[in-house]
Amino acid sequence: MAENKTNHQMSTEVSHGNGTHEKIFPPLDPSTFAPQLVWLAITFVTLYIIMSRVALPRISTVLEERRDRIASDLDEAEKLKQQTEEAIAAYEEALTQARNKAIGIAQETRDALAGEVEAEKLEVEKQISEKTVEAEKRIQDAKTAALAHVNEVAGDVAESIVQELIGGKLTKAEVNQAVSKALAS
Amino acid sequence: MASDQAHSPDGAMPDPIHQFEIKRILELDLFGIDASFTNSSLWMVVSVVLISLLTIWGMGGRALVPNRLQSIAEISYEFIANMVRDIVGVSGMKFFPFVFTIFMFILFMNMLGMLPGAFTATSSISVTAALALLVFFTVIIVGFAKNGLGFLKLFVPAGIPKVLLLLVVPIEIISFLSRPVSHSVRLFANMLAGHITLKVFGGFVTMLIGTGGALAAVSIFPLTMALALTALEVLVAFLQAYVFAMLTCMYLHDALHPGH
Repeated sequence: MAENKTNHQMSTEVSHGNGTHEKIFPPLDPSTFAPQLVWLAITFVTLYIIMSRVALPRISTVLEERRDRIASDLDEAEKLKQQTEEAIAAYEEALTQARNKAIGIAQETRDALAGEVEAEKLEVEKQISEKTVEAEKRIQDAKTAALAHVNEVAGDVAESIVQELIGGKLTKAEVNQAVSKALAS
Repeated sequence: MASDQAHSPDGAMPDPIHQFEIKRILELDLFGIDASFTNSSLWMVVSVVLISLLTIWGMGGRALVPNRLQSIAEISYEFIANMVRDIVGVSGMKFFPFVFTIFMFILFMNMLGMLPGAFTATSSISVTAALALLVFFTVIIVGFAKNGLGFLKLFVPAGIPKVLLLLVVPIEIISFLSRPVSHSVRLFANMLAGHITLKVFGGFVTMLIGTGGALAAVSIFPLTMALALTALEVLVAFLQAYVFAMLTCMYLHDALHPGH
């Protein structure tokens, strides 16, 4: 009842505004309700059946397939990444081993060389010291010989000088004794 | 907006109400009920066909990387699926086809109504009221079927003093019963008012041009207004479909979880 009254009021306003003969405001006109509702029911039910039976399951399938595909691709990528990391780790390890080995070899070589050099050095030093000792001995001998000679020469000279000075004859032993005494002082 | 404008006898201003008239294209009688195929029915059928084309033919490729049409169908699907999941909950996903149908149907009827000459099926109170009542009764039936008499807890908010319940329960019942009214009138009034406003401004343009002279130049102002309003109406057409679907979800949530 209330609705009819509003219809009537609105329709009067409309008719005033347009100056046409009085008619019901169309969106509220009850005489058109039946055909609209019948077709609303038909179309809505049709659409609902099409959507729920055909369209939505299809879209859902496509979306799920894509989700699965993306998930499996991500898994695959993860797996590949892990493999890459393993390869990198293996490479790093090999590199470290190689480096250690190289260091070892270098150290060995260095030690070996150092040993040889040391041995050589010792040998040379030994030779040198031997030669030095020999040389020193020779010098000492020469010195001793020379000194011995000096005594002799000094003796001879002294004998000659004494002979010339005093015209006497001195025994060799006396002269040598005197020379030795003089040299020693 | 009807292209075949009916002019009032003085001929100055096109009738803004004319566009809402139901025209019988084909007179039909179904068991004594007037089931005539009207301009309203035509655009309902067009909506159904276009939605079906979008969601079935548009998804035809089932491509891993979707094309534009498939993207639209998928985005619509996920938009409504997320709405139902967020508001009704995962248990409410069985209502997803229902909410999707309501949303797409109203959206297409609203949007097609923006085409010049097309009829806006949702600008009639009978259509929006029928949809609102469908939701209303679905909520009541599902509510009682799922919760039995526990559904009545909807009207008795928890944690409220007994005395206040005397006041709160009638308010809750009234607000529940008024749901279909606000649900239907919101959509109906928005579509109706928008189309009347558009037609009035469009009418100004034709009227001013018709008078000729300097006034014809002034017609640029209502034209600009009509242009801006058209953009607004496209937004409203989407928004009202969204709001209708959103409220449907909220009411369905009440049906499944009546405790506040």
